[in-house]
Amino acid sequence: MFHRIRRLLVLAAAFALAATARAADVPNVAAASDLQFALPEIAAAFARATGREVRLSFGSSGNFRRQIGDGAPFELFLSADAGYVDVLARDGRTEGDGVVYAIGRLALFVPNGSPIEPDATLQDVARALQDGRLVKFAIANPEHAPYGRAAREALMRAGLWQAIGPKLVLGENVSQAAQFTASGAAQAGLVPDSLARAPALAARGRFVVVPASMHAPLVQKMVLLRGAGSTARAFYDFLRQPAAAAIFDRYGFEAPPAASAVR
Amino acid sequence: MDWQALTLSLKLAVATAALLLPFGIVVARTLAWRRFPGRRMLEAALALPLVLPPTVLGYYLLSAFGMRSPLGRGFDALVGHPLAFSFAGLLAASVIFNLPFAVQPMQRAFEAIPADVRPAAACCGMSPWRIFSDIELPLAWPGVLSSLVLTFAHTLGEFGVVLMVGGNIPGETRTIAVAIYDRVQAFDTDAAGVMAAVLLGLSLAAIAIAYSTARGPARG
Repeated sequence: MFHRIRRLLVLAAAFALAATARAADVPNVAAASDLQFALPEIAAAFARATGREVRLSFGSSGNFRRQIGDGAPFELFLSADAGYVDVLARDGRTEGDGVVYAIGRLALFVPNGSPIEPDATLQDVARALQDGRLVKFAIANPEHAPYGRAAREALMRAGLWQAIGPKLVLGENVSQAAQFTASGAAQAGLVPDSLARAPALAARGRFVVVPASMHAPLVQKMVLLRGAGSTARAFYDFLRQPAAAAIFDRYGFEAPPAASAVR
Repeated sequence: MDWQALTLSLKLAVATAALLLPFGIVVARTLAWRRFPGRRMLEAALALPLVLPPTVLGYYLLSAFGMRSPLGRGFDALVGHPLAFSFAGLLAASVIFNLPFAVQPMQRAFEAIPADVRPAAACCGMSPWRIFSDIELPLAWPGVLSSLVLTFAHTLGEFGVVLMVGGNIPGETRTIAVAIYDRVQAFDTDAAGVMAAVLLGLSLAAIAIAYSTARGPARG
């Protein structure tokens, strides 16, 4: 009886030890959910070019900002806005002030079979709100997701924010908001253009890019975090190379203004 | 299919069950046979994770493990990385939220041992240690086994606490339950479906084992 238990214990202790041992220089990268499809492609291109790998975690920028503040072991943070990066830099959590890597765009996504017509200025959404065609409208949580904030601004600009309140479903991050919409659970949603045009989503509905004038620009900044190793630095540099820029461009991101590329 | 997440989950589940085995036996035996002030309170506290929303537990653990708490800072000074968002932190959280699953079946099993068995064995000249290993433990074994199986299965499935204190880091804190959520968000429904089926199978097997041991020799 006891041998059995002792053997179990030894085995488990060995397992626990093995699990806490850390791997070689494969940095953890925290990335905003709007990069869900673009960044894995860039990471694959990086691996082909350098033979090095990175581990990607996706979530809302606000959530990552808090986790990094609490000491989460990330070496590079790609935020969907500049504010969260600036706060971390001020708190001394980063190496340098970071750099703008892309400008994000918002899209109105309408799933297949939805009774709503996608138009850039949300006019049919307004009509659908009046005549009851719109039951649920998905955005990311504006409290901690930059695209959620941009969605709120666009809805305010369209004069719909008050009226659409009871219809809103909030995704914990933009991927979840996109999931709500693509599944047809919501009749429409405001999601990143970079997700809307990804094949997995584009096949499930139609979308139109919302004019940049309807929300404050989504200036997406990235920054190396304190203690970043050489692979994280190499990936940070790679993200500003033409190969990465081409992938960002394909996913609808605009290139950063030239001046901000200086670190 | 995220093999890394499955391996991580299995490691976490085995380590949790292994840590809770000796602890659970000591606590369950004490609760079963000793009467002391505060016993009811201790029982209630141990059962708390059964009813507490995982986010509540996650919130307190995150506060306790983070860099703003003495525990979090102490661990960081000792080991060089924070307890939150690490496998060690996940293991600590896992041990806490599995307390009732480990202790309760064992406690029931020890309670079921007739009160006069131990004095009788002592009369025969057996040492307390031998009474424990040769009489109590074999009698309570089905309960102990179902504790281990329940703890194992529950660890595989826990989501809320893991997401809050773990932070979804591949190879470190991304368990299979979190990986399913992650794959759904990435529109990778094939992988999510396969992993969900794997978890369903493992859970079913665990429950079957727990039930068959509960109805097995213990009742005989």
